[in-house]
Amino acid sequence: MSSPEDLIGAEQRFFEARRKVFPKAVRGAFRRLKWAIMAVTLAIYYVTPWLRWNRGAYAPDQAVLVDLAHRRFYMFSIEIWPHEFYYVAGLLIMAGVGLFLVTSAVGRAWCGYACPQTVWTDLFVHVERAIDGDRNAQIRLQRAPWGPVKIAKRLLKHTSWLVIGALTGGAWIFYFADAPTLGQAFIHGTAPFVAYATVGVLTATTYIFGGLMREQVCIYMCPWPRIQSAMLDEKSLTVTYKAWRGEPRSHGLKRADAARDAVPSLIALAEGSAAVGDCIDCNACVAVCPTGIDIREGPQIGCITCGLCIDACDEIMAKVDRPAKLIGYTTDLDARLAASGRTPLPPFRRLLRPRTLIYFSVWAGIGLVMLFALGNRARIDVSVLQTRNPQWVRLSDGHIRNGYTVKVRNMEERPRSFEVAIEGVPGAVIWADEASRASGARAVRLDVGADQVAQQLLFVKAAGDGPARADLVFTIRALDAEGGTARDKSFFERPEQLP
Amino acid sequence: MADEKRVDQPTGTSFVGHEWDGIEELDTPMPRWWLITFFATIAFAAVMVVLYPAIPMLHGATPGTLGWSSHGQLDQEVAAESRRRAPMMRALAAMPIERLPADAALLRAAQEGGHSAFKVYCVQCHGAGAAGGKGYPNLNDDDWLWGGDVATIQQTLLHGVRQPGDDGTRMSQMPAFGRDGILKPEEVQDAVSFVRFVSHQEAGSAAARRGATIFANNCAVCHGDRATGNRAFGAPNLTDGIWLYGGDRAALTETVTNARYGIMPAWGTRLDPVTIKMLATYVHSLGGGEKSPPAVADAQPVAAARK
Repeated sequence: MSSPEDLIGAEQRFFEARRKVFPKAVRGAFRRLKWAIMAVTLAIYYVTPWLRWNRGAYAPDQAVLVDLAHRRFYMFSIEIWPHEFYYVAGLLIMAGVGLFLVTSAVGRAWCGYACPQTVWTDLFVHVERAIDGDRNAQIRLQRAPWGPVKIAKRLLKHTSWLVIGALTGGAWIFYFADAPTLGQAFIHGTAPFVAYATVGVLTATTYIFGGLMREQVCIYMCPWPRIQSAMLDEKSLTVTYKAWRGEPRSHGLKRADAARDAVPSLIALAEGSAAVGDCIDCNACVAVCPTGIDIREGPQIGCITCGLCIDACDEIMAKVDRPAKLIGYTTDLDARLAASGRTPLPPFRRLLRPRTLIYFSVWAGIGLVMLFALGNRARIDVSVLQTRNPQWVRLSDGHIRNGYTVKVRNMEERPRSFEVAIEGVPGAVIWADEASRASGARAVRLDVGADQVAQQLLFVKAAGDGPARADLVFTIRALDAEGGTARDKSFFERPEQLP
Repeated sequence: MADEKRVDQPTGTSFVGHEWDGIEELDTPMPRWWLITFFATIAFAAVMVVLYPAIPMLHGATPGTLGWSSHGQLDQEVAAESRRRAPMMRALAAMPIERLPADAALLRAAQEGGHSAFKVYCVQCHGAGAAGGKGYPNLNDDDWLWGGDVATIQQTLLHGVRQPGDDGTRMSQMPAFGRDGILKPEEVQDAVSFVRFVSHQEAGSAAARRGATIFANNCAVCHGDRATGNRAFGAPNLTDGIWLYGGDRAALTETVTNARYGIMPAWGTRLDPVTIKMLATYVHSLGGGEKSPPAVADAQPVAAARK
């Protein structure tokens, strides 16, 4: 069996082997913030499909519904038709620019707090801790030989993870169908196959991403950390180890105290740094890190800025009676100012800079344009397709008849009646079927069901002598109190007039 | 060769024995995953050969133990589609054609099905848009030789035009006035002048006046005193703007001299009644369809009420 190691030796590896991360439990302000955000985001995710919204008798009453079967997207009072999908595209663009805005203002806050990968990994880590114990117990169990206890704990852990995964995937499908109906059908085994397949796939991805891969998703798979590297500048908030305060580290509290009280060593004197720093090298910041990095090495792609090392360090600093926030949120610029003993910038000067202002105006501009478009969008539409084969038909009275396939779109959630009128060809009359053929009307009435497109073949006839091609405009007018019109241009064609 | 035994020390792999400018080729074995995949595909192929048609013989391939064939699969899919359509077809078969407009879904199914059947059986003569051509009626217009309500169209479709041996076929036989010597050539021209006068293509003339007498004696029995035709005989209206074989003098002369005998197959012997019904509904929907006679339409509710 040959492998890359055969060629270049065991020391040089093509791939970095993963070192499993065992994050230690931590208490503090940022931990509490993470709990709150996890509760809110999970609540939004699980509750949203069950919210109801009354749309009358002709539309579903689910507040948020992606109705793929009928090509409709409902979001509270907004209903999106397929041709209005640019609203969804606009929302996605706003989400993208919003991420830029958040990143330039407060750094990788999305990664640290709100990203589903972070939230679910956090959840999985808590489950793991509840079963296996904290960091040290987990490491011991990992090293322990297989026995009844280890097997039982592993079984319990992976089963719990799979259950969470199934609940995650299970909630997802309710966004695509009436939640109560689908819920019952799902339990009774009568739901469509695609529902079970979706739950299966999402169970697997949740289990694999949240339970097994975790920080590897952020470090190796996700493009966002790489994009964010380009978004960050010297005024972006990052979790920073304040090296000018912490270095040189003393190894352990006793030695730190001893070093402080003792006569400075010759080496320290020679280096010009008689004092020792605040960092006692307790490794608490490394032990709690969910991505397993050492923040003291400086900003790095593995840091999702979750702030747990800040909590961990503050706890230690309080115990050793030193000022808090040896690790803290700060900008590169502030760090340099502080290191050279100057005052950091006030927060508003950091927040109100061209980058954030431009992102905010782009984000708000798109939002305003979309709101305006949403408020003024037409809820009726007409499109006319002239019959091309035959282009014209000569009738027994010598008149020429053209056919038109007229589609009237009623985007309101109630049935409406429309009048379809023509103009542009003198003496032209319109009719829909043999019953209305003789009426000689210049308009016909068309009833369109709620939230539907009606298609009707209409006939128009006019005298045989006239231009070979004349403009014919179809105008629809809603016949109810709300009213509204829409128009589409077509043509009326006759045989070429022989000279 | 002694070279084959030589082993590359860092890798432990033997050399193939080829050397170019000091660069030697190692006999590195295929990766195991690759070999496993390769052997798995061979095993897969062996199973396929047993299960499915595979080895070409003189009269087709070996059948395979599953009995699968592409024709068989097509038959199954067609049968499944027929089963899916069966309820609609039964409903169509049960519904009298005049009553179809009352059921919007059924009417639409009939029109769509008729459109599909039209593309297979009718476009050869009537054209893809049903606009016809010389000798083949335009089905879009409002001029009908035998009548334009759905039941009459269905009747025409069932029995065809001038089909020998079919009692219900549409049979109109205009004499070949010129060829058979009934009218002299100049009398034919006079009759043509009259026809072109009543169809507003020519001004009145002495020839047209002579033709009026000839028409009254020879043609009016079928085409009517006012030349407006008679659907009972399939005699066309000669006063309107629609001409099956052309309304110019040469075409009319040819028609009067030799007569025209267009034909259409009796589709009742070739297609099932539901397809005929769908075709009639489609043709009726093209724009020239006429209302069903009230007698037929009214008879249905009475019949239904008696049940």
